Amino acid sequence: MFEFPETINLPLASVIDSIMDWLLLHLDGLFDFIGAIILHVVLALESLLLFVPWFIIILLIGLAGWKLLGKISTAIVFMTMMFIIGAFDYWDLAMRTLSLVIASVVFSLLIGLPTGIKMARSDRAQRILKPLLDAMQTMPSFVYLIPALMFFGMGKVPAMFATIIYAVPPVIRLTNVGIRTVDIEALEAAKAFGATPKQILFDVQLPLAKPSIMVGINQTTMMALAMVVIGSMIGAKGLGMEVLLAISRIEVGRGFEAGISIVFLAIIIDRITYSFSKKDK
Amino acid sequence: MESIENNSQVIIKDVWKLYGKDAKKVFSKKLMQETKAVIQEKTGCIVGMKNINLEIKKGEFYILMGLSGSGKSTLIRSLIRLVNTTKGNIIINGKNITKMNNEQLLHFRRDTFGMVFQHYGLLPHLTVLDNAAYGLKVKGIPKGERYAKAMQTLETVGLKGWEDYYPGSLSGGMQQRVGLARALANDPEILLMDEPFSGLDPLIRRQMQDELVELQEKLKKTIIFVTHDLHEALKLGDQIAILRDGEVVQVGTPEDIVTSPADEYVQQFVQDASPAKVLTAGSIMEEPSILTYAWEGPKTALTLIRANKRRAAFIVNKSRELLGVIREKELVSLLEQETKSKTIPMDSIKKVSTVTEDTLIEDLFSIITENPWPIPVVDEKNRFKGIVTTDHIFESLSPLGGE
Repeated sequence: MFEFPETINLPLASVIDSIMDWLLLHLDGLFDFIGAIILHVVLALESLLLFVPWFIIILLIGLAGWKLLGKISTAIVFMTMMFIIGAFDYWDLAMRTLSLVIASVVFSLLIGLPTGIKMARSDRAQRILKPLLDAMQTMPSFVYLIPALMFFGMGKVPAMFATIIYAVPPVIRLTNVGIRTVDIEALEAAKAFGATPKQILFDVQLPLAKPSIMVGINQTTMMALAMVVIGSMIGAKGLGMEVLLAISRIEVGRGFEAGISIVFLAIIIDRITYSFSKKDK
Repeated sequence: MESIENNSQVIIKDVWKLYGKDAKKVFSKKLMQETKAVIQEKTGCIVGMKNINLEIKKGEFYILMGLSGSGKSTLIRSLIRLVNTTKGNIIINGKNITKMNNEQLLHFRRDTFGMVFQHYGLLPHLTVLDNAAYGLKVKGIPKGERYAKAMQTLETVGLKGWEDYYPGSLSGGMQQRVGLARALANDPEILLMDEPFSGLDPLIRRQMQDELVELQEKLKKTIIFVTHDLHEALKLGDQIAILRDGEVVQVGTPEDIVTSPADEYVQQFVQDASPAKVLTAGSIMEEPSILTYAWEGPKTALTLIRANKRRAAFIVNKSRELLGVIREKELVSLLEQETKSKTIPMDSIKKVSTVTEDTLIEDLFSIITENPWPIPVVDEKNRFKGIVTTDHIFESLSPLGGE
């Protein structure tokens, strides 16, 4: 048969490896610094969520469900879900997962919103970023774990780093689309009255793009949750770790309990963040 | 910044707008005389505006009319550089806006213009009051002051009591009132209106047009108004510029346009225009054949009437002010009386309804049927200018623009 000639060889892998080596050698301090910040935020959040009594958190989630989604029944369902997670004895792990998700989303937004705005304002930025975002989203999520591991070692920080990279594209994309599809006459009106680019951004573009941006935040949050679970593979403690342990020990029941807890968290987070995009029409 | 001696407020001079990479080619290849289609074929450039020259005077209601793609919207946008022109100069209040830097442009937009858009261009997340105050907010005027001013303009456009609503809950006509209030709140010298009434129901549209006319009489702003509707143009405009394929085809008063269209294109436009909505009493009136002076006696008047085979005569005083009409039978009875008066007594002169020279023919119909005599046309000091008869009106109603 015809084999592909062995002499033709594109050494991309070794090129990337050597880039990684160079980065690790020269930018070690930078990664330590970034890692320290990330760790600081997530630890603070984690200790807060673990400090607040469980019933208060359940009440707050119920309240959010009621106020944001407008139905008492939704609030009761949310509270029951949280109660079940507690009853599975996964309360602490759920809070750890939640703090990882929240911290990742905060960092994703800090990066994603300005990037999305930049992308909307410059066609050139859009041309460069679009393929990059496509690549980031189609790349299997596990791939991000490897460089994250190399930069930051094991633990929460690499998991969050990978999560941020994986979760940031939707908010960038939808911020961009939202701003670009703002009613042209509203935009022209602001310009015609002599608004500065900054006034246009805050008075017209961001408010009118808000529903779209909120959908982006919702998607980013959901992707962050998915990735945080995978991040357990490199040592981020949380519900994902339980699933992983259950797989390795073939404990179906335990895996099921942890799985259901993740699903419950996902539903609650999804509904609450989605409600933001619906509010004020 | 160059300034040019001229009494026009807006001067548009040799303005071109070309879309495409090789815009320069159009000017170098001596293609400038070619049509839009030829230029596009030879260079790939799309012509938005082609060598436009217009002058707009202060206080004028100036209409830019044309079909879609004629360049009218591009032209009005280029006046505040929402569109940047490729070539030529636009001088407003003596300042060349095509040469301004961003900072100057921002201030110029804030201080000189107010603009109204076809689809209103309101901000849906702000209340009516905040929308109306937006131009002032951009200028950095403090909240209290700008709300007071915005309330005032909202009242002017008839939206008092609606301040706290959101635009989404208002009808189209009301939303456009908010748009108008926002434009007026800045107290701009020049009001730009881009098809402001095109999206409204015919009935609301007419009402808004009437109100705009009324408003303009009070405010006396320079209004530059884009429309594709000839009736609207004729009703509102002092001057009309008709555009086609980015070029100005004709400039003139509404009457110029309908009575002597420059070419077939304009002719097609005016074909279905009703003359009654365009022509005025002044353009069809004639000198009265008989006129009686107040100091003349009844006998003279009667002779005059009978000699001309009429039933009545208009009476004016020394300064040609119209006093009224005297009928044959009243003169006869006056002459039969014992005390023969040398002049016609005031109480036998009948008051009549009058019109002015700029009254539209459509408004004459109801008056002409009231009385058997012609309609007297007077000036603002009630001085007698001429008469309009039923015959004049019928003659004027033959289709316009025909040879």
